[in-house]
Amino acid sequence: MSTTVYVPRDSAALAAGADRVARRLAEEATARGLDVQLVRNGSRGLFWLEPLVEVTTSAGRVAYGPVSVDDVAGLFDAGFLSGAAHALNLGLTDQIPYLKNQERLTFARMGITDPLSLADYEAHEGYAGLRAALALAPDAIVQQVLDSGLRGRGGAAFPAGIKWKTVLGTKAAQKYVVCNADEGDSGTYSDRMTMEGDPFMLIEGMTIAGIATGATQGYVYVRSEYPHAIAALNEAIHRAELAGFLGRDILGSGKSFTLQVRKGAGSYVCGEETALLESLEGKRGIVRAKPPLPAITGLFGQPTLINNVITLASVPLILARGAVYYRDFGMGRSRGTLPMQLAGNIKHGGLVEKAFGVTLRELLFDYGGGSASGRPIKAVQVGGPLGAYLPESQWDTPLDYEAFAAIGATVGHGGIVVHDDTADLSGLARYAMEFCALESCGKCTPCRIGSTRGVEVIDKIRANNNRPQQVILLRDLCDTMVHGSLCAMGSMTPFPVISALNHFPQDFGLEVPDRVAA
Amino acid sequence: MPVAVPLSSPVVLATVLAAHAGEPGALLPILHDVQDALGCVPGELVPQIATALNLSRAEVHGVVTYYHHFRAEPAARNVVQICRAEACQAMGAEALFAHARQHLGCDGHGTSKDGSVTLEPAYCLGLCASSPAITLNDEPHARVTPKAFDKLIEEARSAA
Repeated sequence: MSTTVYVPRDSAALAAGADRVARRLAEEATARGLDVQLVRNGSRGLFWLEPLVEVTTSAGRVAYGPVSVDDVAGLFDAGFLSGAAHALNLGLTDQIPYLKNQERLTFARMGITDPLSLADYEAHEGYAGLRAALALAPDAIVQQVLDSGLRGRGGAAFPAGIKWKTVLGTKAAQKYVVCNADEGDSGTYSDRMTMEGDPFMLIEGMTIAGIATGATQGYVYVRSEYPHAIAALNEAIHRAELAGFLGRDILGSGKSFTLQVRKGAGSYVCGEETALLESLEGKRGIVRAKPPLPAITGLFGQPTLINNVITLASVPLILARGAVYYRDFGMGRSRGTLPMQLAGNIKHGGLVEKAFGVTLRELLFDYGGGSASGRPIKAVQVGGPLGAYLPESQWDTPLDYEAFAAIGATVGHGGIVVHDDTADLSGLARYAMEFCALESCGKCTPCRIGSTRGVEVIDKIRANNNRPQQVILLRDLCDTMVHGSLCAMGSMTPFPVISALNHFPQDFGLEVPDRVAA
Repeated sequence: MPVAVPLSSPVVLATVLAAHAGEPGALLPILHDVQDALGCVPGELVPQIATALNLSRAEVHGVVTYYHHFRAEPAARNVVQICRAEACQAMGAEALFAHARQHLGCDGHGTSKDGSVTLEPAYCLGLCASSPAITLNDEPHARVTPKAFDKLIEEARSAA
């Protein structure tokens, strides 16, 4: 009887040697005359355990990890094909507390299915959303998205349904759906995981978006740093076309939607939606002034729905199970779940999908297990390079768009980067300005010039060159950038800078006030 | 898919332009295909690309030089990207980058003295829970120590 063994194909698993492990497993099985069916699944998102090898047993899937090439023969000797005991045996995969305690809605299939198998996808609720959408009128689909409370997961958190409604209501001969897969924030990888580990979910979400808004052409703009995601997505699109899920007359409905992958070229600011549209048009990725909104005048001047990967990937479930099901997760105006990404100096780094409302402290310690170095955690940056550095006094803030905004922070795309007590926050503040100088598109002055001046001013503070005056200057400069920049690149770079200055003044050579602002 | 190599620049360009004829906003895909085939976007092709797309030379030059990914000169046989963004910094990426500079004897965007390895800084490879991360010839590697880095470079240099 054939035994199914899973070895992930996610980039982070490959980076830990998954391909070599998969090859050795196949060789070893052949040498021992064992009938093993090897499936290259997505990652469960428990990256400290990668490569995480799973075996299907009568009790369920049993996990072993992290497996190195040298462990393979020993696993066979121990009888891992029947789920036998071994030092790397982690028990039933879905009983691992890190996974068991999550609320995986969007990532429900992640690591479970073969990412490129349509049969696997459909067997796990795939394309149920599209089938439901095809039975609805366009405005009824949009109403579902509106009612779900889904907000843009790229970072801006704009209500998705409003964008959809605007595109639906704008008349044009040609409309577009664009997926922003330019996931450039350090500490984030949920888009990459989705494209590599469950690409049909994104394709389905975009197809529903096309049918709902009347767009017949879609583009996925993927950053060039993600070659494996691009390859997986292209293959998935090809298979969806062959099976009639894309192209003309989708599932016999008479509706058409075609999808194309476009590769970025290493520009961070192209993650800003208007810069991304410029780039898709074949231009430099320079930010456009808004209005006009892309929903009215977007790609090639036509109405364009532009959403992040996770936003679009959340849609199939909303259509399959109904808006209320999704809306019942979360808190306040932050509805549903967020796939959060634990990164940096963290013992158990990985993907944690939870309903909004979970606290940073729960994520850092209950899931993350503290720092990787074993030293105290000093600062946590949430929301990418434009997110604030949060000191321990703020770790009980619930993950909620409004609660984070209230403390001058951002949830962003859900990336959580942990730094231990060896981190120098003035150095990280300098890096924030340096990164902005490197990646600024140059259109507006506060961002283009302000970032370079910011590096200089922080250098003077660090060198104790007229420090008190330079601190005043830095705050003034940040104020100008916040209020005068055209997009989030310039207007949010001050978030990490000012939060570092406020919460970690000692790293700037400043006296610690008696009462540190909470 | 990269266009077949090795061919002279004009032949490559003609093939690439034909493949993208009539495609809206085709400049980036064209530049990617040219670079995939030739290892860079040679300056002498800019006027022809401009003519084919009914753009000015300045517009095409602007695009080529705006994006970090496009290069005017080919990289070495091996390209190593080291992530320098926050999640990797938190796990020692700056020390790794400094080590790489010293080991290879070149700066970021430069090529090692023996001409075999080009060193590129990267700002996030999406491997932030496995940091510090690098890619060597597009293959990702996690939790890279200076020792592991040297070994990877050694293997790449000795590969045919």
